[in-house]
Amino acid sequence: MKPRQKRFMFIAVAVAALALVVGLVLNALENNVSLYFTPTQVFNNEAPHGRSFRIGGLVQEGSVKREADGLTVNFVITDKHKSIPVVFKGILPDLFTEGKGVVAQGRVEADGVMRADEVLAKHDENYMAPEAADALKKAETANAAAAAPASAPAAPAAK
Amino acid sequence: MIPEIGHFALIVALFLAFCLGVLPIIGAARDNAVLMGAARPLAYGQFVFLSIAFACLTYAFVVNDFSVLYVAQHSNSQLPAIYKVSAVWGGHEGSLLLWSFLLAGWILAVALFSRHLPGEMVARVLGVMGLVSVGFLLFMLFTSNPFERLLPAAADGRDLNPLLQDPGLVIHPPMLYMGYVGFSVAFAFAIAALLGGRMDATWARWSRPWTTVAWVFMTGGIAIGSWWAYYELGWGGWWFWDPVENASFMPWLIGTALIHSLAVTEKRGAFKSWTVLLAIAAFSLSLMGTFLVRSGVLTSVHSFAADPKRGIFILSFLVVVIGASLLLFAWRAPKIGLGGKFDLLSRESLLLSNNVLLSVAAASVFIGTLYPLFMDALGQGKLSVGPPYFEAVFVPLMVPMVLMMGLGPLARWKKFSAPELAKRIRWAFASAALIALLLPLTMGEWSAMVALGLLLAFWIIASTMLSLRERLAGRGSFMQRARGQPLSYYGMQSAHLGVAIFIIGVTLVNGYETERDVRMEVGDTLREGGYEFRFNGATEIEGPNYMAAKGNMTVSKKGKLVTELYPEKRQYNASGMPMTEAAIDTGWLGDLYVSLGEPIPDSNGAWAVRVYIKPFVDWIWAGCLLMALGGVLAISDRRYRLHRKAAVKRGAQDKSSMGNILATEGKQS
Repeated sequence: MKPRQKRFMFIAVAVAALALVVGLVLNALENNVSLYFTPTQVFNNEAPHGRSFRIGGLVQEGSVKREADGLTVNFVITDKHKSIPVVFKGILPDLFTEGKGVVAQGRVEADGVMRADEVLAKHDENYMAPEAADALKKAETANAAAAAPASAPAAPAAK
Repeated sequence: MIPEIGHFALIVALFLAFCLGVLPIIGAARDNAVLMGAARPLAYGQFVFLSIAFACLTYAFVVNDFSVLYVAQHSNSQLPAIYKVSAVWGGHEGSLLLWSFLLAGWILAVALFSRHLPGEMVARVLGVMGLVSVGFLLFMLFTSNPFERLLPAAADGRDLNPLLQDPGLVIHPPMLYMGYVGFSVAFAFAIAALLGGRMDATWARWSRPWTTVAWVFMTGGIAIGSWWAYYELGWGGWWFWDPVENASFMPWLIGTALIHSLAVTEKRGAFKSWTVLLAIAAFSLSLMGTFLVRSGVLTSVHSFAADPKRGIFILSFLVVVIGASLLLFAWRAPKIGLGGKFDLLSRESLLLSNNVLLSVAAASVFIGTLYPLFMDALGQGKLSVGPPYFEAVFVPLMVPMVLMMGLGPLARWKKFSAPELAKRIRWAFASAALIALLLPLTMGEWSAMVALGLLLAFWIIASTMLSLRERLAGRGSFMQRARGQPLSYYGMQSAHLGVAIFIIGVTLVNGYETERDVRMEVGDTLREGGYEFRFNGATEIEGPNYMAAKGNMTVSKKGKLVTELYPEKRQYNASGMPMTEAAIDTGWLGDLYVSLGEPIPDSNGAWAVRVYIKPFVDWIWAGCLLMALGGVLAISDRRYRLHRKAAVKRGAQDKSSMGNILATEGKQS
């Protein structure tokens, strides 16, 4: 092969490989990203149906109930405004406690209950997953926004 | 008083590091021997003062000095003595001190073992490392001083995170840091070569052993971390694709590419620019790892800080380091040239392809790790990229890499003929394929993924055997020929076999593990994988700084007792944190893994229990160990000892010994 052809071969192989890898990465990202939603968003039907996603929030006090098999656990994730019931079968992480931050991944069925395949509670008793903290903050602002027009009906009218 | 001495020692170390970062580099540029000669004494001085600082902090931990804020936050009077020492690096400030201390150690090592290098090169290398040290010491002194006082002193400390109270943590961070920081040597050599503008193969020869040492530490550190996660987190997983794990995995991937690329640069003079770029990338990723882990951007067991000032400092530091080195690279690289020529079919191009695959793998991990951060920063909402992403990207990248990895050591430099090589490898490949097809049948269900994994593993093993046979067969006694091979050759083969063992472990544990979460009454029996697990209940016990429920599980096979397991569920006194302590029966062919979930309320001592059977899981870490051992063999090679002898000889100013070394090295290639 002439040097020029050789260089061309190297470049052609590299470009083909690069295209393949980019395709691979994009495809994998497309299929394996799970989005976070707050309980309020799930309540407002903003979360996708029939697809797995994550909910962040707090475990509502007094909501954790075990079924007779000892493994199925029912609890409620709340952002202090709206709540979503969750069912999980399996062993919960060490730091799963009522009133503390939690993230659950799963699908929400038509009955509005999330069937979780994964429950995460992080490693430190004071620590709240940023997703959970974010959910509380979002719910706060959403609620404030919802309350504002009600208390000041003149505002939309003035527009 | 002692903490103030430590603080003062840090300031002195910063001053010395600053001098080290400036004077020798100016000296090298102006050809001033006095300034260049200052490098070594400054390096020694910096090490002494950082040792003092480190000793002071350790002392504060050992004597329970809770008037030091950092000690009060990370220790407790009940904490067992060994964990008081390891608690020094159990938090953010102390980890940084450990980092700086290790960096000073590496600088010291370079200063001591570089007598055979030209003074200019040594001055530049030590200078660049001094500048890195300045960055870290400034960071520590301005944003995270480990010696800060707490007034009034706390009555008792808040205790070390229970997860970190484990022998694994005593070794894991220092090992990993040795690796992270060790890449600064390769980086410094690359930058020094760029500064000097003389990019021949010599810099690669000098930086090779250093890079390999760093890589060995990093391999060991990651393996220990993974093993620790396996037995300590109670989930039975060994790798979670957690951002923090990824942060250490990326520099490892690039570091692996770097040691191979350095080999080509040294032996064939090719890939010069690429090697420099990899050296810069490996260290930049090490810094980024620190940034990701320590800035609080990623929250996990590893991230201590949530102070934005720190994040901004590290980010700026990162930008300065990466930006400056890439600028320098862009300015100087055209002078370096691409180096030796080679054909499309050659060992060089196989190594280059694998280099590219490793870099692409690192890039895909980078994307998966940072994608959620970018999306969040852009206000696109929170999301997470799970393990399936990494698996989906990683496996297709690693398959061709491993196939080429088997070919590499068999192929000729510069140019090989494909039919000839195919003829040499056909039996090796055929036997690997046959084993891969048949072996899964004996293990249980046949699956394509298992067969593929085994094919890759046995292909490496078969090609290694082939290479050994070709090298060792022939004239002369076997032992003689075996002894005639350089240690670095055995090092390479050992590391490659390590990859094979690792793949076997990963493949079989993924293919055939069983995980059961069950409710067990006292006296209940669970049958799983031919074993019978009998739960005999749990009793309360008291540890040095915790209370625990200790379960008792008898495991038997066909009526014969195999082992008794004692998983624990602990509650630490000072922090009140619960902790699962799994019980594991380790064996050659797999582990039996039992951990306690939670007690079941309103029952007679029943517990939710995890019972896992993990076939061949320990092969994963055994493989890593073999890889690390390969690195150790490679740096024990004769020619590095020759260097040292030659250096001593050269002290009597003869240059001919250099020629000898080059001659011996030429033979090995």
